[in-house]
Amino acid sequence: MHPLAQANTQPLPVPEVDWRAIAPELALAVAGVVLLLVVAFRPRAGRGVLAGLTLVGLAVAAALTVWNWDLERVAFEGAVSLDGITRYARAILLAVGVLATLMVAQGEAREGEPDDSLPEVYPLLLFALLGMVLLAAASDLLVVFIALEILSLSLYVLAGQTRRLAAQEAAMKYFLLGAFSSAFLLYGIALSYGATGTTNLLGIARASVDPTGDGTLLLAGIGLMAVGFCFKVSAVPFHMWTPDVYQGTPTPVAAFMAAATKVAGFAVFLRVFSGALGGLVVSWRPAVAAVAVVTMLLGAGLAVVQTDLKRMLAYSSISHAGYLLIGVAAAATVPAAVSASMFYLLVYAFMVMGAFMVVQYVSRLGPPDDDAVRERSSLDDYRGLARRHPWAAGLLAVFMLALTGIPPLSGFWAKYYVFLSGIEAGLTWLVVVAVISSVISAFFYLRVLVVAYLQEPAGAAEAEAAPARAPALGLALGLAGALTVVIGLAPEALISAARTAERILG
Amino acid sequence: MLLTATLFAPLVGALLIALVPKSDQGLARLVALAASLVSLALAVTLAARFQTGEAGFQLGQSAEWVPAFGVSYRVGVDGVSLPLVLLTTVLTPLAIAGSWRMADRPRTYLALLLVLETAMIGVFVSLDLFLFYIFWEAVLVPAYFLIGSFGGPRRVYAAVKFFVYTLAGGLLMLVGIIALFWLQQKATGVPTFDYEALVNFDKAPETQRWLFAAFFAAFAIKTPVWPFHTWLPDAYTEAPTTTTVLLAGVMSKLGVYGFLRFALPLFPDGAQWAQPLLLTLAVVGILYCALVATVQRDFKTLVAYSSVSHLGFIVLGVFAFNLQGLQGGVFYMVAHGLVIGGLFFIAGMLEERRGTRRIEEFGGLQQTVPRMAAVMLVITLGSVALPGLVGFVGEFLTLLGAFLANRVYAVLATIGVILGAVYLLWAYQRMWHGPLEREENRDLPDLTGREWAILAPLVAAIIVLGLFPRPVLERVEPSAQRVVEQTQASSP
Repeated sequence: MHPLAQANTQPLPVPEVDWRAIAPELALAVAGVVLLLVVAFRPRAGRGVLAGLTLVGLAVAAALTVWNWDLERVAFEGAVSLDGITRYARAILLAVGVLATLMVAQGEAREGEPDDSLPEVYPLLLFALLGMVLLAAASDLLVVFIALEILSLSLYVLAGQTRRLAAQEAAMKYFLLGAFSSAFLLYGIALSYGATGTTNLLGIARASVDPTGDGTLLLAGIGLMAVGFCFKVSAVPFHMWTPDVYQGTPTPVAAFMAAATKVAGFAVFLRVFSGALGGLVVSWRPAVAAVAVVTMLLGAGLAVVQTDLKRMLAYSSISHAGYLLIGVAAAATVPAAVSASMFYLLVYAFMVMGAFMVVQYVSRLGPPDDDAVRERSSLDDYRGLARRHPWAAGLLAVFMLALTGIPPLSGFWAKYYVFLSGIEAGLTWLVVVAVISSVISAFFYLRVLVVAYLQEPAGAAEAEAAPARAPALGLALGLAGALTVVIGLAPEALISAARTAERILG
Repeated sequence: MLLTATLFAPLVGALLIALVPKSDQGLARLVALAASLVSLALAVTLAARFQTGEAGFQLGQSAEWVPAFGVSYRVGVDGVSLPLVLLTTVLTPLAIAGSWRMADRPRTYLALLLVLETAMIGVFVSLDLFLFYIFWEAVLVPAYFLIGSFGGPRRVYAAVKFFVYTLAGGLLMLVGIIALFWLQQKATGVPTFDYEALVNFDKAPETQRWLFAAFFAAFAIKTPVWPFHTWLPDAYTEAPTTTTVLLAGVMSKLGVYGFLRFALPLFPDGAQWAQPLLLTLAVVGILYCALVATVQRDFKTLVAYSSVSHLGFIVLGVFAFNLQGLQGGVFYMVAHGLVIGGLFFIAGMLEERRGTRRIEEFGGLQQTVPRMAAVMLVITLGSVALPGLVGFVGEFLTLLGAFLANRVYAVLATIGVILGAVYLLWAYQRMWHGPLEREENRDLPDLTGREWAILAPLVAAIIVLGLFPRPVLERVEPSAQRVVEQTQASSP
């Protein structure tokens, strides 16, 4: 019998509700709704109150994640699985959420400028996180789609929340391209449902190795799903939106997108491709490897010619997606690649958020200006930063060197672990390409340090302007910097934790 | 414990400097000098406790660091690394004393010098391949900032070129390290970066060639072996003088040390396979860089090229694969560090006095600064390997080793000795002898007390080690012999 017909004869299973399994997601959802109500009924509520409530919501979700730490099970008839990837991604995402809340709370306005960000940022941030955490746990393609839409819709609005023209343009671009990619993903899901008769990943895993199944249809479905995922993690050739969006959106949102979207996107990428489709690895590995090569090289190559720091970070995030794709390509046959990728995501999230925090810090300097289309992340603004703001410049140096992968900072161990798993999977040539890309990337990361440390300050006026006080941002910077250094010196505990993510459930 | 203290004393000093208030630069200088002297005192104690005649590693320490990756903190010294540790700990306090009058951000500068010292000592004492790699790359960061932030007019170009060039080599070595680790794990089932374990498991000759090539990339660029030297003249010339002293005196030894400690014992077949290539590159480098040095107008650039030329002798000695060559190579590393340090110190002192380094701006300096001229003469003669001075012992032994291995290379390299005498003595003649033509040179002050304190230990070491090389050589010998055996071991 054709699998489709077979699927239709089965009664729709009614899943048993497993509250504990999705407790952190529920906490995020409740916190988001509460904040929406606060914003609606107390529109004058202070920024500190909203940020505080958001942090409370995140803390509850984190506590529930810890409570669930040792739970390993498949819930809701296989729609959600609790395994290493889920809990590790939850931990990273909640930490990223805390840092992003601190950044948002600080805002980008200079001393004496009105703050034009909307109070709805906080609930939207929580909903986006809800989508991401759910995406990392999803083991049914329909849940994957729903989670992806929750996070995407929240991010579209977050990206365009200020009245700056660039932000609106970025949001529109992101929305249009994102809608396309969602359609691709949905089409892919439909095709693989047609081929296998199920949207459950465990079922697909079983059907994919069944010789009587429709292999071509499934492959087409895999290809379309890959397009959707590649868009989310900004892999070439689906990266076009990344530089424009990162440059245009407010810096806290860009930081959140750069860190959190990657974590969620790669978590689901790993689960679907190395977990469910692991049996078909010979079919999709060459394609993923090819995408990894162009992503690494194009991202690094184009980053070299950027003159805007946010744009450069966008291209650098593309090339980091390429390194992570090595992990995806290797993960189907080498379990260590899953933990390597998860560890990379953890480390990368803090490095890249830290870099964006420095951008935010610098863009808050100087006298107020009313020009609504201003760009404040040009590399020229960083001239002589070391003399004007030694601490900010020092942290910038830490993040740039960590992103380059200089030991003993955290980025080095992450890169090392991914390279190691790549070689174990027999993808040595891919690792050599990654090394070449790393050398290219040293050019542009160093260029930031050249500007900040080796060039004289541009204008005397700005050099004299007192730095605006930024307690929340300072705290976030301190946390990100300390994590980057401490993980670099003592990576053992977090690597061991990542090792427990190797067994993918469902 | 002693070795660990020697290694991290400078780093602790750098952290203490960060705590010193910005206004109190005198205190920062004292802290820096004290930290480097503590490290020196510990290194001397280390040398006193060192058992002469032992080939293996001594005075070591090991602890788990990242067991998930098989990475551990494992350090120790043998006859090859001990002299280099001493060299580092001697040159760093001198470099700090040389930077005493520095006006531009002295706190940052001294802290970076101390970080550089820890990173370089770390390379010499690491017995875990991964730890070695980490120190190897960690050298880059302070060196980058020292050149790029405090150097001459083209400092940014020089610093970026140096960084990217060296990083490229280092990353290729990292791929080699990972591959080696993985092969070892497959062969024995134990994930470890332990040096002895990696040396002792069997590697196929074909694999060894690939891995040797990966390590070669890092070491040849760092040394530098011709034609990978193009970053060096820029970096040495643009760096502030006291940084150049450490770059030329110590950092240039890291590459050769890497060959000696890692590339040869780990991949004996690969090394045998690459021997003709390395010997050829060494000889070409000796001759080419000597010729280029002859026509330089900037004294600092001249010394930079002379450094590359002399390093060719060390590579020649190491790749002779016999006791004379290896022993001579290690001795020459120390000799070269002392001599090149002295040359760059004098170049810096002249630049401080005159604001220029162009050879034609000087002339007849012997009449105004006779003491400086005398010191310079000793150092120059040490560099051109006058018998009785330190350079001679190293050059003689490396050439002897090369002669025993392959006469053609030795004969060609000997021409380099003559060229070395030509460019250094000619430069000496133009700068220090002859009539005193320029007014600006007429009332230059002679050596100050501080400058004496810097140069006297170097001159003393150049003479004493030249006359009595025995104490160094007898400590180097067993360890060098061990490397020779390891290299010959699996050759067909």
